[in-house]
Amino acid sequence: MERPIRVLVAKPGLDGHDRGAKVIARALRDAGMEVIYTGLRQTPEQIVNAAIQEDVDVVALSILSGAHNHLLPKVVELLKDEAVYDEMLVIGGGVIPDEDIPFLKEKGLAEIFTPGTPTQVTIDFIKGNLKRA
Amino acid sequence: MFEKEKLDQQKEKDKGWNENKVEKVLSKFPERRKQFVTGSNLKVKRLYTPADVEALDYDGDLGYPGQYPFTRGVQPTMYRGKFWTMRQYAGFATAEESNKRYKYLLEQGQTGLSVAFDLPTQIGYDSDHSLSEGEVGKVGVAIDSLKDMEILFDGIPLDKVSTSMTINAPASVLLAMYIAVAEKQGVAADQLRGTIQNDILKEYIARGTYIFPTAPSMRLITDIFEYCSQEVPNWNTISISGYHIREAGSSAVQEVAFTLANGIAYVEAAIKAGLDVDTFAPRLSFFFNAHNDLLEEVAKFRAARRLWAKIMKERFKAKSEKSMQLKFHTQTGGSTLTAQQPDNNIVRVAIQTLAAVLGGTQSLHTNSKDEALALPTEDSVRIALRTQQIVAYESGVAETIDPLAGSFYIENLTNTIEQEAMAYIEKIDALGGSPQAIEKGFIQKEIMDSSYEYQKQIESGDRIVVGMNKFQVKEAAPKGLLRVDPSVGELQKDKIRQLKAERDNSLTEAKLAELRKAAVGTENLMPFILEAVRAYATLGEVCGVLREVFGEYQQSVIL
Repeated sequence: MERPIRVLVAKPGLDGHDRGAKVIARALRDAGMEVIYTGLRQTPEQIVNAAIQEDVDVVALSILSGAHNHLLPKVVELLKDEAVYDEMLVIGGGVIPDEDIPFLKEKGLAEIFTPGTPTQVTIDFIKGNLKRA
Repeated sequence: MFEKEKLDQQKEKDKGWNENKVEKVLSKFPERRKQFVTGSNLKVKRLYTPADVEALDYDGDLGYPGQYPFTRGVQPTMYRGKFWTMRQYAGFATAEESNKRYKYLLEQGQTGLSVAFDLPTQIGYDSDHSLSEGEVGKVGVAIDSLKDMEILFDGIPLDKVSTSMTINAPASVLLAMYIAVAEKQGVAADQLRGTIQNDILKEYIARGTYIFPTAPSMRLITDIFEYCSQEVPNWNTISISGYHIREAGSSAVQEVAFTLANGIAYVEAAIKAGLDVDTFAPRLSFFFNAHNDLLEEVAKFRAARRLWAKIMKERFKAKSEKSMQLKFHTQTGGSTLTAQQPDNNIVRVAIQTLAAVLGGTQSLHTNSKDEALALPTEDSVRIALRTQQIVAYESGVAETIDPLAGSFYIENLTNTIEQEAMAYIEKIDALGGSPQAIEKGFIQKEIMDSSYEYQKQIESGDRIVVGMNKFQVKEAAPKGLLRVDPSVGELQKDKIRQLKAERDNSLTEAKLAELRKAAVGTENLMPFILEAVRAYATLGEVCGVLREVFGEYQQSVIL
């Protein structure tokens, strides 16, 4: 049997806005994926540990605190240090200004989903861009 | 309110209208939808008539403004006396920058201050803590010590303004700093007016800036109730908040239910701590959201007022009328704003402003059009404030009290929201009260279900958000968004280094040691916290001591 896509939904940073993270987690689950949600206030180290431990295909980072330019690239760096970045698709979402998106993509985020994105768009993106076959 | 005979005739007429008129039209022109619902999915009928409010008793259910059960408002003259307080939530970067914004807002006719703190401050970390990296000054102002607080209120006379502070877990520390700044201005604590949010239960449920476990958190809250009832009598010691519950995706009914259930938990905790209900209850205040379904929101505010009055009178046997009055601040709904075509948000905020005012709010923050994108710019904050001023001075809705009362729909909806909220409160009581219901994840799960349902309605097109899932246009990326200078973090770190070099460190240490001892015991902690901040202990040091003694809250992760 084919292994379902495994996704870690994580909240880096100190903000407590997890409505989006929870909605996306449920939507991915309804789309047949296995979803692990970290809860709030996760450091990049904690997120990377969880991603490795859970052997996920996707790391989905939700942040609304404004600290995205600092924290999201850090997660990517640590995934690279642990030599798992080539296996894991890293995406982000939240209140992130459009002008920050090129910088984040350059740093290794595959896509950034901003407010108003239908969950189906994220689901399709994940299905079409997995790094592991 | 209606004679039985007339009411029976009316019901016959209702039936006749349905059969003779409506059915005929429907057979040719079906309605837009099979079922109509409110913004929170309550069913809406085609028409409301006296039959829908037949049990309404004017004196018992509505009464007069300023009188039990306060359905029509908490003051006898409401906005004819004075308008609601126009209070824009603001704060970013450093205390110096925020101080400038406050002075600007006061010059523009704002009548009260509302302080937004950055996340490290809200979670009790100094700007030089490793977890503060990247977060300093981002969503609010960074306050590390009394020094920052002195700068924040420099040139603002604290006996003249009322100040609301959105601070929860470390509320006692920020309140202590405020009292200490006032002392330096020569203003006595009993002259201070304002509010601290201080509502930890909704942090566990929806907002996320908790520090300590439930029991010591409740102790800090009741310590504040007790201390303020004696020393800072004009201070609102808590703002029991439905705002964030609604933002997390709850329905209007859930917003009322979970907020009042939290209110019940605070009252019970204070009574258990030995306080008399009428000494602290008059200083309890509330904070609600205003969304786009204008009439549902108005009914929600009225229902909340009536339900709280009954709870205080019947359940807690309050005697003072002030204990029964639900006074509330409103903020327009952040989650209703769209990143798409952001100018449309001005219209949404205007509708929400009307809802808050027609619902009898005591103060109001109107969101700025760009808040789905970033912190608001000065220009967009001014439009938001002007929206309130236009409603106040031009719309006419503030000239008479509770003008929608007596509408068959509004009264019916007010009843429905009250009844459904009460049913939730009974469920929560059965679980052992709100703290237990949170621990079991009941409240979070209910909110989550509503929020997911809403998302599905949006994605199926069953619910339309203009500019987002219908009437879209291609637009260029917005320009001119406010950005916080990333050097703020370094600046704050420098300030802490300097503070620690200049202050009397042995005095600070001694005061922190006394606080630790008191925290282990059962004394009221407020005087100890005040002593520590006067000795320039940092926020992180004070919270650090309390973390050592109390431990930290572990969130139950609910999906």
